[in-house]
Amino acid sequence: MIKVMGRVENKVALVTGGASGIGRECCKLLAREGARVVVADINEAGGLDTVEAIGGESRFFSLDVRSETRWQEVTSQAIDRFGSLDTLVNCAGIGFAGNFEDTSLENWNAIMDVNLTGVFLGCKHMILAQRQVPANASIINISSIAGLLGGEDIAAYSATKGGVTLLSKSIALSCAGRGLGIRCNSIHPTYVDTEMLDPVAAMFSSRDEMRAGMANEVPLGRLALPIDIAYAVLFLASDESAMVTGSSMVVDGGQTAGLPARHTME
Amino acid sequence: MARVEGKIAIVTGGASGLGLAIAERLLLEGAVVILTDIDALAGQRAASELGCTFFHQDVADENSWHELMADTLELHGRLDILVNNAGIFQGQGGNDPESTLLEDFNRIYSINVAGTFLGCKHAIAAMRKCQSRGSIINLSSIAALVSTPFLTAYGASKAAVRQLTMSIAAHCAESGYGIRCNSVHPGQIRTPMLDNLFQDAATSMDVGVDVVEVEFLKKIPLAEFGEPDDVAYLVLYLASDESKHVTGTQMLVDGGMLAHS
Repeated sequence: MIKVMGRVENKVALVTGGASGIGRECCKLLAREGARVVVADINEAGGLDTVEAIGGESRFFSLDVRSETRWQEVTSQAIDRFGSLDTLVNCAGIGFAGNFEDTSLENWNAIMDVNLTGVFLGCKHMILAQRQVPANASIINISSIAGLLGGEDIAAYSATKGGVTLLSKSIALSCAGRGLGIRCNSIHPTYVDTEMLDPVAAMFSSRDEMRAGMANEVPLGRLALPIDIAYAVLFLASDESAMVTGSSMVVDGGQTAGLPARHTME
Repeated sequence: MARVEGKIAIVTGGASGLGLAIAERLLLEGAVVILTDIDALAGQRAASELGCTFFHQDVADENSWHELMADTLELHGRLDILVNNAGIFQGQGGNDPESTLLEDFNRIYSINVAGTFLGCKHAIAAMRKCQSRGSIINLSSIAALVSTPFLTAYGASKAAVRQLTMSIAAHCAESGYGIRCNSVHPGQIRTPMLDNLFQDAATSMDVGVDVVEVEFLKKIPLAEFGEPDDVAYLVLYLASDESKHVTGTQMLVDGGMLAHS
């Protein structure tokens, strides 16, 4: 069998949140395109399932993105194992909805810790790791369209994702300004049909009903699928995007293109 | 399997620079490409070198779009990708707000804005006719998103292209056509257009072109000019089905220039 050269051939990619949803799909697509994948997640069973689905040289590393010690260990172990670390996909995230003033401090801190501090730590230790093995590296942070616009009942989530948007741009400039050879970009999905929506689905009579309601808000008429996001990640992970840094890539079925357009009667 | 295998693509302004690189990249990934340009000689030469069809076109002329779409549907039976790349950036007079001539302003608008509008309009009709879930890609610029007093009309025209893109995307999505529309915003890419800009800046400041180049380079965080292929790869992503949930967006290829705010 002739092996076709993949778009991220031989790159080593670390994906957080690799046990499910968008993260798992990113692991699968990056591996299909030739990368060796470090599947990182707090969920060991799911992470091992991802590794099994990929096969090849992928490895699971248990990672709580809130733990700086674990980031140090995982980045250095990944480099020991694979010889380099070229791509970091910060995908691990949590969400909740509700009235803003009912947000408990505990929940506020919990979402900040995972969605924003976790991304900060990942970027920091990815950059520090490059001092050991300089590479042509790409950091991809999964933000959200809620990182570009406000949301009525997702203030805390939106605040974390807005933080990720600007953190990504500053990291891009910081790395470019010093010639470190590390790019950093953010991706902004609309609703993606993954496990993250399970608690939302529980509030509807069925998942289909939730999907229909959400799809109504998306001009293309459906929720995003994990693979839609994974292809954007693949582009940013590959050298095809060598001149792309500090940018926000939107994958939202047209949701942020503008106001609802129907001003005429049918 | 190539990434745009068998898709039928039109690339305007394909004789040189970004258009040429985009046409070549789409061809390499399996598309059938119709290259158009106002420069018949250069366009024909480029098309024969690439091995694709050439169509002589002034994008500001609506009749040319009627003919191009009719030809394309007759010859290939469908249209899947339109890349509105043709554009100009300078007038005969000055380019700052005080010295820009109205006729230059109008000419830049007729090609960059009306040309893109006409392309979108006729591509939608053609794509609907053959029930293609097509992709329209409009070349805007970072000039659409920041002030460009040294290229007044150009910056305004590219901002119009950005806004037009959003309306086209929303219209097509909400009409259920399955046609997507996105804008691409290059920064400083090594093309004949950029070389002209350097030359003019050098003349007006009475310095060498190399001095101008160094000054331009200082504004790019990644510290190098982009290559046409950097833009072509982004267009390829938007042209392919990999981006099937992406519409109405703006995508940058600018080496980090706009991450400053």
